[in-house]
Amino acid sequence: MNYIPNILFAIVLILGIGYFARNVKKLIRNIKLGQDKDVSDNKSQRWKNMAMIALGQSKMVRRPIAGLLHVIVYVGFIVINLEVLEIIIDGLFGTHRIFSSIGSLYGILIGSFEILAVLVLVSVIVFWLRRNIIKIKRFMNNEMKGWPKNDGNIILYFEVVLMCLFLIMNATDLPFQEMNSGNIISQYITPWFSSLSENTVHVIERSAWWLHIIGILIFLNYLYFSKHLHILLAFPNTFYGRLTPKGQLDNLESVTNEVKMMMDPNVDPFAAPPEAAADAVPAKFGASDVQDLNWVQLLNAYTCTECGRCTSECPANQTGKKLSPRKIMMDTRDRLEEVGKNIDSNKGTFKEDGKQLLDDYITREELWACTSCNACVDACPVSIDPLSIIMHIRRYLVMEQSAAPVELNNMMTNIENNGAPWPYNQMDRLNWKNE
Amino acid sequence: MSETIKVPTMAEYMAQGKQPEVLFWVGCAGSFDDRAKKITKAFVRLLNRANVEFAVLGTEESCSGDPAKRSGNEFLFQMQAVTNIEVMNAYEVKKIVTACPHCFNTIKNEYPELGGNYEVMHHTQFLKSLLDDGRLTIEGGKFKGKRITFHDPCYLGRANDVYEAPRDLIRKLEVELIEMRKCKKNGLCCGAGGAQMFKEPEKGDKDVNVERTEQALEIKPDIIAAGCPFCNTMMTDGVKAKEKEGDIEVMDVAELIANAQDL
Repeated sequence: MNYIPNILFAIVLILGIGYFARNVKKLIRNIKLGQDKDVSDNKSQRWKNMAMIALGQSKMVRRPIAGLLHVIVYVGFIVINLEVLEIIIDGLFGTHRIFSSIGSLYGILIGSFEILAVLVLVSVIVFWLRRNIIKIKRFMNNEMKGWPKNDGNIILYFEVVLMCLFLIMNATDLPFQEMNSGNIISQYITPWFSSLSENTVHVIERSAWWLHIIGILIFLNYLYFSKHLHILLAFPNTFYGRLTPKGQLDNLESVTNEVKMMMDPNVDPFAAPPEAAADAVPAKFGASDVQDLNWVQLLNAYTCTECGRCTSECPANQTGKKLSPRKIMMDTRDRLEEVGKNIDSNKGTFKEDGKQLLDDYITREELWACTSCNACVDACPVSIDPLSIIMHIRRYLVMEQSAAPVELNNMMTNIENNGAPWPYNQMDRLNWKNE
Repeated sequence: MSETIKVPTMAEYMAQGKQPEVLFWVGCAGSFDDRAKKITKAFVRLLNRANVEFAVLGTEESCSGDPAKRSGNEFLFQMQAVTNIEVMNAYEVKKIVTACPHCFNTIKNEYPELGGNYEVMHHTQFLKSLLDDGRLTIEGGKFKGKRITFHDPCYLGRANDVYEAPRDLIRKLEVELIEMRKCKKNGLCCGAGGAQMFKEPEKGDKDVNVERTEQALEIKPDIIAAGCPFCNTMMTDGVKAKEKEGDIEVMDVAELIANAQDL
């Protein structure tokens, strides 16, 4: 009989972690729907970027207020979760505060968790005010209506509840209060319960303890459905982020091969294509759907936490155009999720659904408004590159559909005919010398 | 301006069996745009003054391909790139300087994979190196004490992390270098990049160049300095749109230096 709580705990733990693991598998499968991209270079720089940008939050603090609050919540999240380790051991083995035997260090640890819990509570409340009362502009764009707005608030409510449960759990743990070590905050909460019988207080303590761990497991499983995945994916995303100068746009290899063939006087234009190439599906130029993007771009989409720093720096968005780099990332993720669900419900293969990322999610008007200025790329605190997705879809529009705006077609015709974007003769290129 | 400028071509150098120290990549704007041609000439006057042995490709130069690539026409871009690379490799070009950040970025970052490996410098970096080597002297001259702000071109700044060379040059003019609210890494685009120069903007409530010009006007400069022919055009139009063309000039860094010394 005495083992029932332990067994119950084990079941809850296995269910919580098991369901999460299932979704992580799905997440990885979806990301792998993207094209290959070789990111095996320069490992040391990549580790350094991850340490600085994700672990060290170096880009978060470029906006000091949001940055500082975020650092508090981030540190609180990581540090307070050390407590989860103790909860799991206690829960599985029926012990109570197993680490308290380590003596005064325990008090110091729990004391600092309590202080952090209060700081996190304050930060989260400020975050909520910024989203709902102050209505900071970047949280109010069109793409933030409905689920994205609720998602942002739900995460904050989760954190409030978890922090409160942690403090109540400590405050109602009378043996812990008697130790009088580490109850730096909770000692002021204990008196709230003084009118209740010792037994009732114990029931509250047990309830808070259970709800705390169940809450954490629910939150863990919520991640997959939320923008909050960034707490995990920020690490791989900064690791695989670009190392080349921001201005460098990749050269399409399939085009290079064709151009080289055209420029090579020794090529036999009537030669049959090599056997393997004849069988291969002809490569599509650029991207019209998520499977045409590379897997790092898809990882980018899952990593985006919709903070909107990119959009608030975007010159097109600032001047009222439809383009919002954040929406590019949100659309990519939404479409990828849709493709993933399609695969799930069709026994592992994608069934054509007559939809694609281009037009059904991202409009041409958005794509052509981009100035490729890299402000969005630079603003992202977790190394997401919305510009590369815009450029890859533009390639599809121009090379597969010849669907560039007419002025751009004129410009390109000029380059083809006379080597300049304007209709001037190449032979006049040095005329300025004598003018 | 009376002084005639010397602009040798790579072909002339080759005919003499010599190699210039650097190739000046003029770019399409620098070759054809009336406003940008003045920048080209100002830079040439500085090169002449510093006795730099440079050459241009002249009629053998062609568009770097940047606007095609940013429009999504990878095919046209690579055709341009490979053609230019063939010409430059035939002349055994090692070092390139250009006054256009778009050409600078493309040749520096996107040509190597296609077989074009050169040391590429923006003209402000090159002028800075001439200054550091004592080949060029910069004096305040007629701009002394003026309030000047530098508008960072995206393809020089964020794209390639060059922020200080143009500012170092401007400081040498004994002027008051003032910064806009949005500068360097946070600089706002002029609105021309990504081939926007060649098309009408999408529907919105303002043009990007007007927004950027308003940011400049906030700090009341006498001169807006630019380092890109397209930024120059956009900012000039912005100043006109705000009806400030009587008060504020838009000038390239090379023009500032050349004009300061009445070259």
